[in-house]
Amino acid sequence: MWRVFLCILGRDITLAMRRRTDVLTTLFFFVIVVSLFPLGVGTEKQILRILGPGVVWVAALLASMLALERLFAADYEDGTLEQMLMTPQPLALLVLAKVTAHWLLTGLPLVAIAPLVGMQYHLDDTAVVTMVLALLVGTPILSLLGAIGAALTLGLRGGGILLSLLILPLYIPVLVYGAGAVTVSAIDFADTQPYFSLMGAFLLLALIFSPLAAAAALRISME
Amino acid sequence: MSIFRYAAPSAFYPLAGRMIPWFAAIAAASILIGLYWGFFQTPAQLGGTNPQKEYYRIIFVHVPAAWMSMWLYLVLAVWSAVGLVFNTRLSFMMARAAAPTGAIFTFLALWTGAFWGRPSWGTYWDWDPRLTSELILFFLYIGYIALHSAIDDARRADRASALLAIVGLVMLPVIFWSINCPDPNQCAALHQRSDLSQMEPNIFWAMMIMTFGFWMYSFAAVFLRVRGIILSREADSAWVRGLVEGKA
Repeated sequence: MWRVFLCILGRDITLAMRRRTDVLTTLFFFVIVVSLFPLGVGTEKQILRILGPGVVWVAALLASMLALERLFAADYEDGTLEQMLMTPQPLALLVLAKVTAHWLLTGLPLVAIAPLVGMQYHLDDTAVVTMVLALLVGTPILSLLGAIGAALTLGLRGGGILLSLLILPLYIPVLVYGAGAVTVSAIDFADTQPYFSLMGAFLLLALIFSPLAAAAALRISME
Repeated sequence: MSIFRYAAPSAFYPLAGRMIPWFAAIAAASILIGLYWGFFQTPAQLGGTNPQKEYYRIIFVHVPAAWMSMWLYLVLAVWSAVGLVFNTRLSFMMARAAAPTGAIFTFLALWTGAFWGRPSWGTYWDWDPRLTSELILFFLYIGYIALHSAIDDARRADRASALLAIVGLVMLPVIFWSINCPDPNQCAALHQRSDLSQMEPNIFWAMMIMTFGFWMYSFAAVFLRVRGIILSREADSAWVRGLVEGKA
């Protein structure tokens, strides 16, 4: 069964590596959004330190959401998705593989660039470490939840805007606890534990249920 | 003859038509009684050292609306699940018809809450957990309606938005229990506790009657809307054509 998972994963990553600009576009979208805020609200150190965690999370939410449209779209257009639906392999597993590839290509780069963004906002080392860890736990949740929305809006007119309307409300808990962890780490790093526990719980729940829901959504969209 | 006969839109359509006046009348009567009771038969102020004056009476609209907003989401999700499991057309239509009423009640709860918040908290809006989660509920309703309207094919629209409604159901317990803030030091929980047993009996009953009235109103409104949906969906069927020709 894992052979299928690795096969899809490898295929999606190879495809993305052939068109590297797509990956970079998401990353630079994230960097640009984060860089816009100091220009808008003023560059005072104190304000930026307070705003930093929230802005980084909101930007990560938007970046991962914008990339979601591509999750199934290409396969839908060239008919690959239809073939996938007909394979005897469990569809949820295929979806999980696609989501994993999506996260490796859009979520992980955000995590990697987060320390750089932390410098723009004068965050101290503890905050940066917390932010990277929180993004590491949080961005997979975004990809997993987003897959449901991407599957539901497959091939619809105005899919992108609609997707944001469906998915952003579900992202809110991740935003609250992800940004909360960074804020709390300013007082004491040990205080962040409940935030990480909750995010870990979200991640496990999403890992189990959202491939199933996304698979069901794909079947609805494709019938 | 069983009750499942009414799962057919053509059988439910006249039944709903006969029930609407009853639900509407009961709704109007209980809302009137509830408002009268709430405005004239309850104490003029609430609380001990820092009493709430007349403005507390907005809870007679606010709390029932908030309850109905959550209840109707549950109704929406249950009809969606029934539709997905048993593949019944009417279930999806009921879910679709419940959504706008639920969204209206959510908006009403937020709106009245803002007006109550101004005199008592000194602000229209605060990021209290319950306010925030009620706002999320509003977004969920809007998302459901938007997804349903974006898909032209009725069958796909029904099933896709049903799935979305069920996914959104995970937020409902969060909203319901958001009164108990996880960390009391972090959030100044403005909805501190909800304990029906500590309420003044007159206030309690006025609120319950209002809730009942809102509930009956929901029945009437949803049935009215579902009748419209049935007609537009079944426009090509023989019984609808017969209905139109009979009236014309």
